[in-house]
Amino acid sequence: MVEFFTTTNLGIALLILGQCLLVLLPLFVALAFLMYGDRKIWAAVQMRKGPNVVGVFGLLQSFADLLKYVVKEVVVPAGADKFVFYLAPMITFVMATIAWVAIPWNDGWVISDLNVAILYIFAISSLEVYGVIMGGWASNSKYPFLGALRSAAQMISYEVSIGLIIIGVIISSGSMNFGDIVAAQDGRFGLFSWYWIPHFPMVVLFFVSALAETNRPPFDLPEAESELVAGYQVEYSSTPFLLFMMGELMAVVLMCALITLMFFGGWLSPVPGIPDGIFWMIAKMGFFFFIFSMVKAITPRYRYDQLMRIGWKVFLPLSLGWVVLVAFFAQFGAFGGSYARWAIGG
Amino acid sequence: MTVADYAFYLFAILLVASGLFTVVARNPVHSVLWLILTFLSASGLFVLLGAEFVAMLLIIVYVGAVMVLFLFVVMMLDVDFAQLRGGMAKFMPFALLIGMVVLIQLGAAFGDWHVAEGSDALRAAVAPDANEIHNTAALGMLMYDDFLMLFQLAGLILLTAMIGAIVLTLRHNPNVKRQNVITQMHRDPAKAMELKDVKSGQGL
Repeated sequence: MVEFFTTTNLGIALLILGQCLLVLLPLFVALAFLMYGDRKIWAAVQMRKGPNVVGVFGLLQSFADLLKYVVKEVVVPAGADKFVFYLAPMITFVMATIAWVAIPWNDGWVISDLNVAILYIFAISSLEVYGVIMGGWASNSKYPFLGALRSAAQMISYEVSIGLIIIGVIISSGSMNFGDIVAAQDGRFGLFSWYWIPHFPMVVLFFVSALAETNRPPFDLPEAESELVAGYQVEYSSTPFLLFMMGELMAVVLMCALITLMFFGGWLSPVPGIPDGIFWMIAKMGFFFFIFSMVKAITPRYRYDQLMRIGWKVFLPLSLGWVVLVAFFAQFGAFGGSYARWAIGG
Repeated sequence: MTVADYAFYLFAILLVASGLFTVVARNPVHSVLWLILTFLSASGLFVLLGAEFVAMLLIIVYVGAVMVLFLFVVMMLDVDFAQLRGGMAKFMPFALLIGMVVLIQLGAAFGDWHVAEGSDALRAAVAPDANEIHNTAALGMLMYDDFLMLFQLAGLILLTAMIGAIVLTLRHNPNVKRQNVITQMHRDPAKAMELKDVKSGQGL
């Protein structure tokens, strides 16, 4: 039985399919409740009740929304480029989904243990912008087009700083594999061995860049409802809109996973002595998702020129300088070698 | 045939087909989208060769950044599609001629291709052992340890190009109103607005 799954082509294909379902099904169910949680937190900050009708405490609201989106009619604008119009939400959704192949949940619990996992995630998240641009262009309408143009410039700008911050972490751990990066953060002091202390300024920068990269408030300019109605999503309805929404939310959860793995020790337990495990990973991701929704609730939207200024004139020089600094710290073993915990080589 | 063979044929056919569609697509935006598919297939081929670092760089740099800007520009162009299609038929014989010439040149060059005696040994002497070190580390060794000067020179050339582009496009227009961020940040409500106590029935 074991041989069938490890040696024959069909067996390997079935095994990979099983692993993917094992990751994706819980992820999709979690997404429904994260959406609900997001709305509840938002409502609580504004002293509203939020969804509370469908199911106990409104827990089934997301499933009701899902059903509503799926059974509604798909409206395609008359002047739209039909093929690209349908392709755009699929790209957003597929790109957000396939990134999870390289995210480890526990020591060795990963579908594909890539050498360049962190670059793979970065590459995939840089492709997510295409869903937005194509959707905006294919709608053949003013507001979606403006939203698409904004989003293209915005996502490119913040990718630069995200990339440089990632390089700092790679220099510190000497590997691009998430397993090695988390292993490099394992130390005697539990919580205080993780990278968030030596790389502290970059944790904040990465979080803000992640907000801009995933088009979350306060940087949700591509879909700013007061200026562009809903930006690139204006002409979308029914299931294509649902795919856009799920893709966006999944990208947010992916950023939570990235912050957890790179700066907060992934599945390592914060207190030495308590066993590590997948629940730590999920708890940390949940915590960062909570912060993401709090930011959405309490910050006003940025002006577009302010957004660009922060990206290019503040974040880019800071993160570039940090890469140089970390390279020196790692080379000369500054601060007791806390910047040079190479898992391999050295 | 193994899975890798199937994957190779899939990526190779996709690469050639999407390259062809890049040229023949009537809509320039579709052309760019086909070109993106071409890059993605090429990076798939790199992964099959075991060069996953190069594959990821191809996606990050070309697909994730260059093509986005390209798409950005092409989307904003006001192009007459009918005129483009007319041009296609007109220049087709010329394009075919150039294609034939290049094909003949390549055929002449590679048809008589000989590998020199000691070249394999020379190449192996430079490259680290593939079994001991994975290709990201090997590339890093080559670029930052062995050929640092060349790498720095390449960087310098790119910097020159960047500075040149900035100098060519930088114009100071005195008639444009600019936003001063420092003054904007130091503005407070006391300076920005004045509260007036309006007596009822009198107005201001």
